[in-house]
Amino acid sequence: MKERYPDVTIETVCRLLIPPIQLFGLYVIAHGHYSPGGGFQGGCILGASFIMMFIAYDIGEVKRRMREKLNTILCATGVLIYAGIGILCLVLGANYLDYGILHQILPAYPAKARALGTFGIEIGVGITVMSVMISIFLNIGTAGEHEGEPE
Amino acid sequence: MKFFAFIVVLFTGALLIYGTVDMPDWGDPGSAPNSHVSPRYIEKTLEETATPNAVTSVLADYRGYDTLGETTVIFTAGVVCIMLLRRFR
Amino acid sequence: MDTMQFIIGKFNYWIYIVLMMIGFYAMIAKRNLVKKIVGMNIFQTAIILFFISTSSKKGGATIPIIQGGHGDAAGHVIDAAQYLNPLPHVLMLTAIVVMVSTFGVALALLIMIYREYRTFEEDEIYETLEVMRLKK
Repeated sequence: MKERYPDVTIETVCRLLIPPIQLFGLYVIAHGHYSPGGGFQGGCILGASFIMMFIAYDIGEVKRRMREKLNTILCATGVLIYAGIGILCLVLGANYLDYGILHQILPAYPAKARALGTFGIEIGVGITVMSVMISIFLNIGTAGEHEGEPE
Repeated sequence: MKFFAFIVVLFTGALLIYGTVDMPDWGDPGSAPNSHVSPRYIEKTLEETATPNAVTSVLADYRGYDTLGETTVIFTAGVVCIMLLRRFR
Repeated sequence: MDTMQFIIGKFNYWIYIVLMMIGFYAMIAKRNLVKKIVGMNIFQTAIILFFISTSSKKGGATIPIIQGGHGDAAGHVIDAAQYLNPLPHVLMLTAIVVMVSTFGVALALLIMIYREYRTFEEDEIYETLEVMRLKK
């Protein structure tokens, strides 16, 4: 994991499997209103795809795809999206996290506006869960002693 | 010491099993958790939130504060891991 | 027959109590800190299974997704007895992710302990602490 042990079988299988896994994670987040799924589950699937890359290749491969600084920023961005939608409801004149008022700025009737507000915070939760999973696994798998940004 | 721990575990387990005598049967549709607040969620989820999945509507809409807190807990756990372990050179 | 009914109604709680007590024994009797944390995870898993089991309803209930609920469905009659209780699912959905995060924080603390004392065994950590106290 810290050093790379090249193996043609494992690397090829992971290269083939990781894009469908990430697509499935996005599907689970986006289709959470109509089927089992949502932000927590889809975020875990997206994080697992990066963890799979970390196990099959090495840490440099993951950090080339997802910079450490970007990952840490994404951690906070998810919570910011969640709280920001709540503040937006507050600004428009309703209670905190009361999405029904969003029909003033969205082309939808109030019940549908609630569904869209729910979708917004599912995206925030998904981003936070994904980046926290990646961050915890990278830091524990190498005991925090990995190099800085590659090239 | 291990024997003492085993006795404590047995005693606690016996107390918990004694407590299950008054619990509702498995799968009872009229039990307390199934009959008070959840029928309201199931019946009104389409009308109020236009979301067929009741789990999503309860998670993000009816109990949005709870999920905000949980997300903050996860974020804090990630930040604590970075602060404890990461060593920049 | 009454005893049989009682056992069928309550056996799921007894299974979760056995699982919970396995985790509890690992937490209080083991001397290795990693084993203690794994015991805590088993304990949390037992509690999650217990909560999920309270949501079940007999009589053909399905998952809490309204059937035929796509698109406009005004005037749709919904019978709450046909769907499982969504509330325990919601609570445990968040609890599982928080469990993973707290497990990560616990492992990070263990790595810090290992850097300081070079061991995971509680007895050896106490011995090192005693030696350090006597040196002062």
